[in-house]
Amino acid sequence: MTSPVVGSSLVALSGVGRRYGEDPPFDALRDVDLRVEVGEWLSIAGPSGSGKTTLLNILGCLDRQTSGSYVFDGVDVASLDDGQRAGLRSREMGFVFQSFHLLAHRTVLENVMIAEIYRNSSADGRDRRAQEALAKVGLEHRSEFLPTRLSGGERQRAAIARALMGSPQVLLCDEPTGNLDTATTAALLDLLEGLNASGLTIVLITHDRDVAARASRQARILDGVLMETP
Amino acid sequence: MRVRDLGGEVVAGLFARPGRTLLTVLGTVIGLTALVATLGLSRTAGNQIVGRFDELAATEVVVTARPPGLNAQATNIPWDAPQRLARLRGVVAVGNVSTVDVGNSLVSTSPVADPQRQTDLKLAVKAASPELFDAIRAALRSGRLFDRGHSARREAVAVLGPNAASRLGITSVSQLPAIAVGDELFLVIGILDGVARQHDLLSAVLIPEGTAQRLFRLNAPEVVVVETRIGATRLIAQQAPLALRPDNPTGLRVTSPPEPQRVRDAVQSDLYLLFLMLGGVSLLVGAIGIANVTLVSVMERTGEIGLRRAIGATRYHIAFQFLLESSAMGLVGGIFGASLGTLVVVGVSAFQSWTPVMDPAGPLAAPVIGGLIGLVAGAYPALRAARMEPVEALRAGT
Repeated sequence: MTSPVVGSSLVALSGVGRRYGEDPPFDALRDVDLRVEVGEWLSIAGPSGSGKTTLLNILGCLDRQTSGSYVFDGVDVASLDDGQRAGLRSREMGFVFQSFHLLAHRTVLENVMIAEIYRNSSADGRDRRAQEALAKVGLEHRSEFLPTRLSGGERQRAAIARALMGSPQVLLCDEPTGNLDTATTAALLDLLEGLNASGLTIVLITHDRDVAARASRQARILDGVLMETP
Repeated sequence: MRVRDLGGEVVAGLFARPGRTLLTVLGTVIGLTALVATLGLSRTAGNQIVGRFDELAATEVVVTARPPGLNAQATNIPWDAPQRLARLRGVVAVGNVSTVDVGNSLVSTSPVADPQRQTDLKLAVKAASPELFDAIRAALRSGRLFDRGHSARREAVAVLGPNAASRLGITSVSQLPAIAVGDELFLVIGILDGVARQHDLLSAVLIPEGTAQRLFRLNAPEVVVVETRIGATRLIAQQAPLALRPDNPTGLRVTSPPEPQRVRDAVQSDLYLLFLMLGGVSLLVGAIGIANVTLVSVMERTGEIGLRRAIGATRYHIAFQFLLESSAMGLVGGIFGASLGTLVVVGVSAFQSWTPVMDPAGPLAAPVIGGLIGLVAGAYPALRAARMEPVEALRAGT
């Protein structure tokens, strides 16, 4: 991996588009320019179908843009093959999903530890690192529970702990509060705020304006067009 | 990805639904149990039959004069064949036996025809050298056997096989019973209890060779029965014709009785094939079961596949995990199948008081076969899982 150019952004999208199908083609994203600096908390708000999940998938290297360029930490992602992109996801990115995606038959601790297995890192201290990640989200007392016994807010905290394993550069959150009630949402946003304050870059997409408003920087997306909100 | 981590994920995947995994494995277990048990039992039974027949079959050589061809003279066996062969190393006992041509003469116990019951029987009359009784391991029930003296003096004495004796109504020699062969009278001096070889002698009347020469013009022995030491049959079979007829050894036919093992094998192989086919069908069903359950599992775990891709798994990691899960199911089925099959062989052997005999290749190959079946069965589901796009998988699964 090449070293990042000094002064460059962590995420730099220029002219990114994503077109689905051929006849007729559908543009989920049109000519998106976006820069995210290290330590920022960016929220992208938009109604469903506006292309925000597509944008997050491209940011997370889960999907490929059909036009434009995406440079992550100084590396042109388009030049990477599937295996290298998987490695990039594993080392540099943490994902938080609306539906948590916890493995139902594994304990919270195992669910957190799983984040490391596709890295070629040693298993030594993995248990301790997972406990530390759980401590960061305030869930260390639930480590031996099965996810089915946790509340919605606790499940999402467990998912965040998993995303924090291995100290990613950026946390990509896809509607993290979509399945949570108001009080739990507030607590979760407090947690994200704390993580951001400690230096973690966060990109969060949501359809909820109140959630979006908690971010330090905000953008809106509509019909695949991204607009910066001052 | 480290091997230990992959192993951990596979084990966790299998134990997520242990009941389903066990039921899935059952098909492979049944199939491989049937295969291992069939192989083991046929081997055990085969060994049992060989064991029973071996000792007699492996020590017997029979020399016969070839029947005269169209333009060839019959090669006669010399009268002193027992003495000639007894000198050979490896021979335990040897004796002559010949069928005596008595024409249409019948054997009876009374010279007077009794209208009330059948007294005249058609019985085989055989001329034997005194050494024959050792060679066929004859056991005596009553009286005595004739010896060289009887033959030299050409005395009219007879020893009866047990079946012949009971048909003639003779149970003991204490009354000095006599029988008539045609017009010739014989004193019955002994009754046999059983023979280990030449079972047709059980229903025959045995007379000394000398007597047969005098009364029925027997001109040469017909058969020489040799009992050898174990392992000496091949050697004796080569040497006997030379010892008997050095001038024309090829005129004699030397046989060891056909090994009964082969006949049994042919009978067994049908049943054996049936069970092997049964095992094969169960294996096929087991493989389909594994494929089916793995496919269902892939569909159920779409969200998990998406998550694993998001946290850095490649397509190969996903394919590998499902392949290993299905192979592990096959492997476990193979281990259980090998154990159960071996237990079946041991159990049946214990019940039949047999010695269980197994080729270790059977139980050792079973887990390998099971693993391969699992691997093949998991190939398609694993391919499906690997082909999933992470975005689609994350959206579809919860």
